[in-house]
Amino acid sequence: MTDLTRFTIASAREHLRKKDFTALELTDAHIAAMESNRHLNAFITETADLARERAKESDFRIKNGDALPLDGIPLGIKDLFCTEGVQTTAGSHILKGFRPNYESTVSQKLRDAGSVMLGKLNLDEFAMGSSNMTSYYGDVINPWKARGHSADLVPGGSSGGSAASVAAHLAMGATGTDTGGSIRQPAAFCGIVGVKPTYGRCSRWGVVAFASSLDQAGPMTRTVRDAAIMLNAMVGFDPKDSTSANLPMPDVEAALTKGVKGMKIGLPKEYRPAGLNAEVGMLWDKGAQWLRDAGAEVIEIDLPHTKYALPTYYIVAPAEASSNLARYDGVRYGLRVPGKSLDDMYAKTRAEGFGKEVKRRILIGTYVLSAGYYDAYYLKAQKVRALIAQDFEKAFGKVDAILTPTAPTAAFGLNDKIDDPVAMYLNDVFTVPASLAGIPGASVPAGLTAHGLPLGLQVLTKRWDEETLFRVCQVLEDSAKFPGLKGER
Amino acid sequence: MAYIIKGETGDWEVVIGLEVHAQVISAAKLFSGAATSFGSDPNSNVAFVDAAMPGMLPVINATCVEQAVRTGLGLKAKINHRSVFARKNYFYADLPQGYQISQFDQPIVGEGTLVLDMPDGTSRSVGIERLHLEQDAGKSIHDIHPTKSFIDLNRAGVALMEIVSKPDMRSPEEAGAYLKKLRSILRYLGTCDGNMEEGSMRCDANVSVRPVGSTELRTRCEIKNVNSMRFVMQAIEFEAKRHVDVYDNGGKIDQETRLYDSVKGETRTMRSKEFAHDYRYFPDPDLLPLEFDDAYVAAIKSTLPELPDDKKERFISQYGLSAYDAGVLVAEKENADFFEEVAKQSGDGKLANSWVSNNLFSVLNAKNLTIDQSPISANHLSKLIALIKNNTISGRLAKDVFEIMLVETGKDPEAIVSERGMKQITDTGAIDKAIDDILAANADKVAQVKAGKEALIGWFVGQVMKATQGKANPALCQELLKKKLAQ
Amino acid sequence: MSLDKATVRRIAHLARIDVPEADLDPMVKELTGIMNWIEQLKEVNTDAVAPMTGGTDMKLAWRKDAVTDGAQPEKVLSNAPDKHDSFFSVPKVVE
Repeated sequence: MTDLTRFTIASAREHLRKKDFTALELTDAHIAAMESNRHLNAFITETADLARERAKESDFRIKNGDALPLDGIPLGIKDLFCTEGVQTTAGSHILKGFRPNYESTVSQKLRDAGSVMLGKLNLDEFAMGSSNMTSYYGDVINPWKARGHSADLVPGGSSGGSAASVAAHLAMGATGTDTGGSIRQPAAFCGIVGVKPTYGRCSRWGVVAFASSLDQAGPMTRTVRDAAIMLNAMVGFDPKDSTSANLPMPDVEAALTKGVKGMKIGLPKEYRPAGLNAEVGMLWDKGAQWLRDAGAEVIEIDLPHTKYALPTYYIVAPAEASSNLARYDGVRYGLRVPGKSLDDMYAKTRAEGFGKEVKRRILIGTYVLSAGYYDAYYLKAQKVRALIAQDFEKAFGKVDAILTPTAPTAAFGLNDKIDDPVAMYLNDVFTVPASLAGIPGASVPAGLTAHGLPLGLQVLTKRWDEETLFRVCQVLEDSAKFPGLKGER
Repeated sequence: MAYIIKGETGDWEVVIGLEVHAQVISAAKLFSGAATSFGSDPNSNVAFVDAAMPGMLPVINATCVEQAVRTGLGLKAKINHRSVFARKNYFYADLPQGYQISQFDQPIVGEGTLVLDMPDGTSRSVGIERLHLEQDAGKSIHDIHPTKSFIDLNRAGVALMEIVSKPDMRSPEEAGAYLKKLRSILRYLGTCDGNMEEGSMRCDANVSVRPVGSTELRTRCEIKNVNSMRFVMQAIEFEAKRHVDVYDNGGKIDQETRLYDSVKGETRTMRSKEFAHDYRYFPDPDLLPLEFDDAYVAAIKSTLPELPDDKKERFISQYGLSAYDAGVLVAEKENADFFEEVAKQSGDGKLANSWVSNNLFSVLNAKNLTIDQSPISANHLSKLIALIKNNTISGRLAKDVFEIMLVETGKDPEAIVSERGMKQITDTGAIDKAIDDILAANADKVAQVKAGKEALIGWFVGQVMKATQGKANPALCQELLKKKLAQ
Repeated sequence: MSLDKATVRRIAHLARIDVPEADLDPMVKELTGIMNWIEQLKEVNTDAVAPMTGGTDMKLAWRKDAVTDGAQPEKVLSNAPDKHDSFFSVPKVVE
């Protein structure tokens, strides 16, 4: 029998409508894959029974000719999205036992589009990390291995469970969230497509907050078309989120065939530092050539404040996080460690409930906001952030899209101890600038290293221009002919 | 008169600034759709965002913005067309988010003015520093369980206006007058009900002292959440004396937050606030700047009612009232409206003031009633005044009629007068007769008057009034008596 | 830029995170490392640059004043680690 987990969302959608197989069969195949790949530790919570129930509802609608856009498509949901009645952990011990009585806008929209939730995906604790090694629920393992090696690799982070589950065909797609690269970097590490839309496209309502001015949900899939299909279902104005955009969304799926002929593509020279990994640099050149071949003009551009993006990010994001995470105090939900006073209870609960990286960022954030340091750090960072956004604005005066590598390296080993937090932060050097500017970005798998590990290319466009973003991504995908872990159909 | 504290080392004056938290009148909370109603079951007016559930987000309530602008206009203050919500970060059991959404360096309303009406009829200006919108906290209840505090979040997220004065007040009386006037303006505007008992208006007082003649600002203490005007005045008085005592003894005042104990009549250090605060304000990234244009402000301005200061001026010029009387009348809008109706209907502002402010208010005060519960309507009081003015009844009789109106609520004074035959006698023939009888019966006193003891005329008037059961017109009586005694 | 132990202790208290005395030294070292790296922002001339306070250029949407939420105490309290009737409960607070 055909392995039903090998289909893309686009093709499965056609087969379901033609009744070549049922949504329940498709869901069962993915549940089986999920259950036989528990060693990847991609899921924190599996919701197989719920998935089967929803698949049956999809079959009923399909049978009656009332199929919804994503009817019967099994998806994984990053465990940062609150799901009604289903444990939501944010990868943290501090949310122990938390079952929300509400459903995040994005997961609700996916549900309303007929998709089937397989379970809640592992992630770095509160989405803080680039390796999925900070989760209270353990490391996620990248389904890829270096050729001839058995060592476990990281899937990237923070959407590590999302990336691993999609790459390993446990889910047809997954939701991710991206604050500084948390969709794009793991997508690159796991050889899948990851899209961070413009800040404001996807509602943040019901998504556990990390850094409110940066957090943005997006799809993670195996093809660009699948990402477009999923994104179309995820976006939309939400009056419950004051930062949500009340703007029409272009039909990105319909735009996929439009190509890049006549477009101008920028290559920022600051993304090619002296020590850039040679394979990464070569792939970047290749990507530029693919776009040229497809009729685009490729030029070099300047993004002069690029090198300041990471330190800026490591002020802004921890500052917001230190405040966003103050609500985890053991009073209304989650873990409580008894204390002899209210303050003692707080301090003990938060000491035990938060992991090392989260605590580190809360402390940095508290420090940069504290009296006497606000102007020197937080205000300064906001000003540099404005300069970084202006860099992009100027660039988009000249070019339609920007092409860069997604990450400075391929996936690294789970046991390659990276003790220096700053070294770990450098993983996001290419993804953070776009997060600060609020512009859309996507990673497309574009090639393999000599060791057979996936590398991604990143495409950036101006705010609200997801249409151009997807057009460029589609050309890259078509040119790269990336094999995927199992191949697609 | 200046308020001076006599210390051992000299005379001191007190410097007072007030921060008032006024609960905005709105149906729903500042950032959530939960109700603001008072006295509901615990945690029943709570949306998930009020309980700071993960991923919940604030959305601004348009009416709360409008109420803040309206209040700013009422305080003749600068309205900021762009303001920013900031997070004030601190941990407390009834602060679910771990921060309060407030406004910091960019408030919705800037500097304004409030005019105090002092009891002696003088007035004095106090500067308003700013007004900003912020969330209320929930309620901690400490007295139900021996080892636990209970948390009710019904109030968490209700919109407050924090109205900060400049340190312009110099006596507890001025602080009291400030609160009274602010409450009056808020109630006129309909932006806060001003109910201190239910906590919809709360006051923190910043108090310091300095030697008389000095212009320095010494270390201040903040007295938190005092829940009546009387207590605010008492707390300031105590705190100022405490400062003077400390300075007299060579001590130093620590900047701190204190609580007023109304039973002991003293302030004490708040134990739970022992650590120096560092609120780490920063713009709330869940919200965007609050912006509106001139047209928005103008539209609100066009709906402002006449405010107490303007009304007072008008009452003085239009009805010839004294500043003091006008000030008393306008303090509560309902009182002013009642007076004005009586004045208009009766056509006599001075008489209307005398009957409303003296007669009616003393009755209402004694019975602890508000003007809405008055046993006498404005219409009936106007009719009573009309009866005096057209000489149907004398002032003395009018008081009797008034007493009857209090008991026989709803009865028209004209009906009372005619039913009881209380009409004033203006028929000179009838009065002549009464005078003649009295003069005849009191020949000795008549002789004394004629011998020059004019004062006795008053006694004769009294006798005539008595003989006519008060129905004689006293002026007419006097005139006729004088004529007859001169014969 | 070097943070001292007292500063780390103070910010840990502000953040209400218990840090055992033994962990303070390594934490000082780590945070100092991060802050030193962040110091490079000082090189950037930001005179006359308006700070970017949020992620979007949208305008704030206002909500109509209507009661649309609440009346769900059981849902509000369903995850509480400790509750009493319809109250959340915490160790006693002395004011």
